[in-house]
Amino acid sequence: MTPFSFARATDADDALRLASARGGRYLGGGTNLVDLMRETIERPTALIDVTGLSSTIGERDDGGLLIGAAVRNTAVAEHAAVRARYPALARAILSGASGQIRNMATVGGNILQRTRCAYFYDNAGSRCNKRNPGEGCDAIEGFNRMHAILGASPSCVATHPSDMCVALAAFDATAHLLGADGERRLPLTELHHLPNGRPDDETLLKPGELITAVELPAERWFARSTYRKVRDRASYAFALISVAAALKIDGDRISDVRLALGGVAHKPWRAHKAEAALRGAPATAEHFRDAARAELAGAVPLSHNGFKIELAERTIVAVLQELAGEIA
Amino acid sequence: MSIVKDAAEAAKGLAQAVTKKAIEVAPDGWVPGGTPDPLIRNQHGHVGKPVSRIDGPLKVQGAARFAAEFTLYGMTYASVLFSTITKGRIATLDTADAEAAPGVVLVMTYRNAPRMRPMPAFGSNRMAAGGDDLPVMQDDRVHWNGQPVALVLADTQEQADHAKSLIRIGYEAEAATTSFEAAKADGTEPGQFQGDPLQVTIGDAETVLASAAFKVDETYRTPRHSHAAIEPHAATVMWDGDMLVVHDATQAVTHTAWSLAHMFGIEQDKVRVTSPYVGGGFGSKTLWQHQVLGAAAAKLADRPVRIVLSREGVFRIVGGRSLTEQRFAIGAEKDGCFTAMIHTGTTIMTPHSAMPEPFIVATRSGYAADSFKMEVRVARIDMVANTFMRAPGEAVGTFAMECAIDELADRMGIDPIELRIKNEPEKDPTVGTPFSSRNIVEAYRAGAERFGWARRQPPGARREGEWLVGLGCATGTYPYYRMPGGVARISIGRDGHACASVAAHEMGMGTATAHTQVVAERLGLPLDQVTVEYGDSRLPGLFLAGGSQQSAAIGAAIIAAHRALVVELLKLAGNDSPLAGLKPEEVGGLDGGLAKLDEPARWESYASILARAQRAELSVEAAAPAPIENQHWSMHSYSALFCEARVNAVTGEVRIARFLGSFDCGRILNAKTAASQFRGGIIMGLGLALTEETAFDERTGRVMSASLAEYHIPAHLDVPAIDVMWTNIPDPHTPMGARGIGEIGITGTGAAVANAIYNATGRRIRDLPITLDKLLSAGIG
Repeated sequence: MTPFSFARATDADDALRLASARGGRYLGGGTNLVDLMRETIERPTALIDVTGLSSTIGERDDGGLLIGAAVRNTAVAEHAAVRARYPALARAILSGASGQIRNMATVGGNILQRTRCAYFYDNAGSRCNKRNPGEGCDAIEGFNRMHAILGASPSCVATHPSDMCVALAAFDATAHLLGADGERRLPLTELHHLPNGRPDDETLLKPGELITAVELPAERWFARSTYRKVRDRASYAFALISVAAALKIDGDRISDVRLALGGVAHKPWRAHKAEAALRGAPATAEHFRDAARAELAGAVPLSHNGFKIELAERTIVAVLQELAGEIA
Repeated sequence: MSIVKDAAEAAKGLAQAVTKKAIEVAPDGWVPGGTPDPLIRNQHGHVGKPVSRIDGPLKVQGAARFAAEFTLYGMTYASVLFSTITKGRIATLDTADAEAAPGVVLVMTYRNAPRMRPMPAFGSNRMAAGGDDLPVMQDDRVHWNGQPVALVLADTQEQADHAKSLIRIGYEAEAATTSFEAAKADGTEPGQFQGDPLQVTIGDAETVLASAAFKVDETYRTPRHSHAAIEPHAATVMWDGDMLVVHDATQAVTHTAWSLAHMFGIEQDKVRVTSPYVGGGFGSKTLWQHQVLGAAAAKLADRPVRIVLSREGVFRIVGGRSLTEQRFAIGAEKDGCFTAMIHTGTTIMTPHSAMPEPFIVATRSGYAADSFKMEVRVARIDMVANTFMRAPGEAVGTFAMECAIDELADRMGIDPIELRIKNEPEKDPTVGTPFSSRNIVEAYRAGAERFGWARRQPPGARREGEWLVGLGCATGTYPYYRMPGGVARISIGRDGHACASVAAHEMGMGTATAHTQVVAERLGLPLDQVTVEYGDSRLPGLFLAGGSQQSAAIGAAIIAAHRALVVELLKLAGNDSPLAGLKPEEVGGLDGGLAKLDEPARWESYASILARAQRAELSVEAAAPAPIENQHWSMHSYSALFCEARVNAVTGEVRIARFLGSFDCGRILNAKTAASQFRGGIIMGLGLALTEETAFDERTGRVMSASLAEYHIPAHLDVPAIDVMWTNIPDPHTPMGARGIGEIGITGTGAAVANAIYNATGRRIRDLPITLDKLLSAGIG
């Protein structure tokens, strides 16, 4: 670990002031950033602890929820309104990491966690365009079983490891940001980039900009939602494929749907094509399959992860069938 | 080789063959174990009781001091830098920034490291403990990707780690062999294990197979495995004048002391290695470079050193289990009798290691057949030296054998348990010696009954929602060994307290507790009147906590020491004692003293004997006899394993719902710690079956899974309720009637899981680990 200075921000403005004075990085639970610092992959000169900031979950007048960025993952998953109205989010969080890590990790930190690509982590011995732009990628022809099938680029095939973000992407969550130029809001689906030529540049956040909260819209039918994670062991493993979905059925037709995938791309992957294919269609396995295939038509397998295409299709269909069955 | 050398070798070989034959045919009474251990007769003493482990309270309180928890005055902390090329030399080395960093005491590289002899590899001397025979930081050569190339000592661990990141090294890489295919193409050689060729030829198995009524002939693959004990390798090291003291985490204190003395060119009694507690060994806690580097750096700095490998460090410098590619073929008559068994294949080693994963060892005594062909061939790869990992050979060899039997049973349409019983051998099928005690059929019958084996359905027949459910079974087996060098000291005081001292090891398996029970029972003392002293190279004997034989080795040494103690006590008792005139074999321990076995009223307490003789204490030391019993009998532990697997038809995810192990391991010394050993072995076997695989990048020779996030051992949710039971039939030819229990649990488990998955899905995966992508490609759901 490289030496760094440490300061605790009293509020969001204080955090911004500290960041502008010292540079450095915002620190949430540290469950990812501190690991990366130990590996010297991250070498911030300063850490600004923002865990003292907004750590409340507030109900909006319109029925939505505003979750402070410093709320611990466990607190989100256990919150009664989250469990009742956004069950996919609670399930996503509980399927990630371990109890100890969820107790530490914050919402803001979870969103900004970095890929688990083994070549990214191997600071000393492997090439990675995300660590050292332009040096090449050892994953593309190496161990890439965990890697992306959608939206990858010749410079990076890493996946975003978060479970929580997949559910947030499905629910049209909005990130509240505070920066030198004031407040702004971004849909969570737009916050993260695809890798393109600069996989080191992972989000639309400007230097010093801080995530202050995440807002969930009020959609009553999100109560019919779920999250399913497929992985190599029963717990404590990153997703090979995960699916967050919410389904609204009127009569025998799908009137609305939200679908997002994890473990497939450099960002939580909102399945817009599948959603388009499903809206207005009958809620049958055949249509679920067609929709999954529409989304996965553009999937590009690497040497070891071709199974993910079929696995994603199967998991999408199973999740939608489960939700349809629940509604019926 | 010269003619003289040839002749000498031939004579040596002939002499060995003659000795071997002589041991095989000798009368039982001439062989250790020929007379059953009297302790076997006691059925109501301490032995066998579920005594909680003595070190348990200390461990839950955090009061048990492990190797990395010794604090010494002026201590420094080490951080090790690993090479990033596989083969070549260090061309440039810039340590200036590291040396200038805060808190740094020194940076050690090949340029300034003290001169030392190369590591003595296991087997090169009876006390050698090294994983390979390479020099340690003595020159600019790099032999594997991950080799230590520099070490920083600093006042804190954080300072050492930071300074390490400032070292700049340039390499000149050379061509290396890093892929299995390339290594095989370079040529293979016959494997040797414990001095014997890994080869068996009896009859013409290939011809017999070709004409067999039923046959199976398949290839099974198992990957590399890395060691992942909960305690990373660590040592706290200091030089006290010319005396080297190492607080180590090791399963070989005396081997380590000798090996370090050899490397530093000092007398063995100038090195003391302690190892009071070990957080799991499994074959990995031997001598690797970290203890050597710690001692070298402590010498260079003239300060104590604590060296704790990071988890990555364990993956990079501690070897693991090697990959295997095994052909297993069985030919059978229409009635199911095996006519041919073929088990051949290839594993890999490094140019500097001596451990070919001996995957045929369980096959040598597994089943009766008319003809056998077995061979392990070795290809060489440039990587960290592979080494022992829980049941080396058996863990992966039984995967092939026990899957092949399941496949054959399926083809023949008969129950796989019945097929196994049909081929149960009456004597060792390849050596011809009698079994000391083999009750595997009883273990199967009892296990099948308790598990509900009769409810098993045809492959793919049982489905519950998305889940395909199946049952599978397999046999596990592990040899009884007893290594030479066992010596024990027993001291008994006038207060009636006894202490048994052995340079043995407690790695969490319960050794200290079980042997406290054994010693207490032999001496006729309550448990709280007995101490077992262990984990220090200054104690008597040469013990290795490996090969599931430490208990036998301790037990045999204790028997010898106890006999010597009784002789001395009878001498001291003299003519005024109720014991006067009795011979040692006529007396035994009872109620804090000695008594005539068939006339317990003739009794005198140890305290009384010592008091009359005006002795405060009596202390005797004796050596165990040479361990030749397993050449006279075929001696093995056995298990019948049962697994219920659930496979998700949508995703291919596998969950183990139930597991039962029915063991035949002689007499169980402690029901509680033994159950934990069995369960732990099975859990490790679940990892072998389903999740564990070292990601070794064949392009670069680099381990890409150097963390427990990537290297998947079973997590709690992966482990179901595991039921264990045992025959508890004493082996009449072993100390205490016990056989090893440390490694048997993992053997056969991989096959039991694979067979259950087959029964659930109708799909056979012959390539471990059985991950969901393999099941998806096999077309489940």
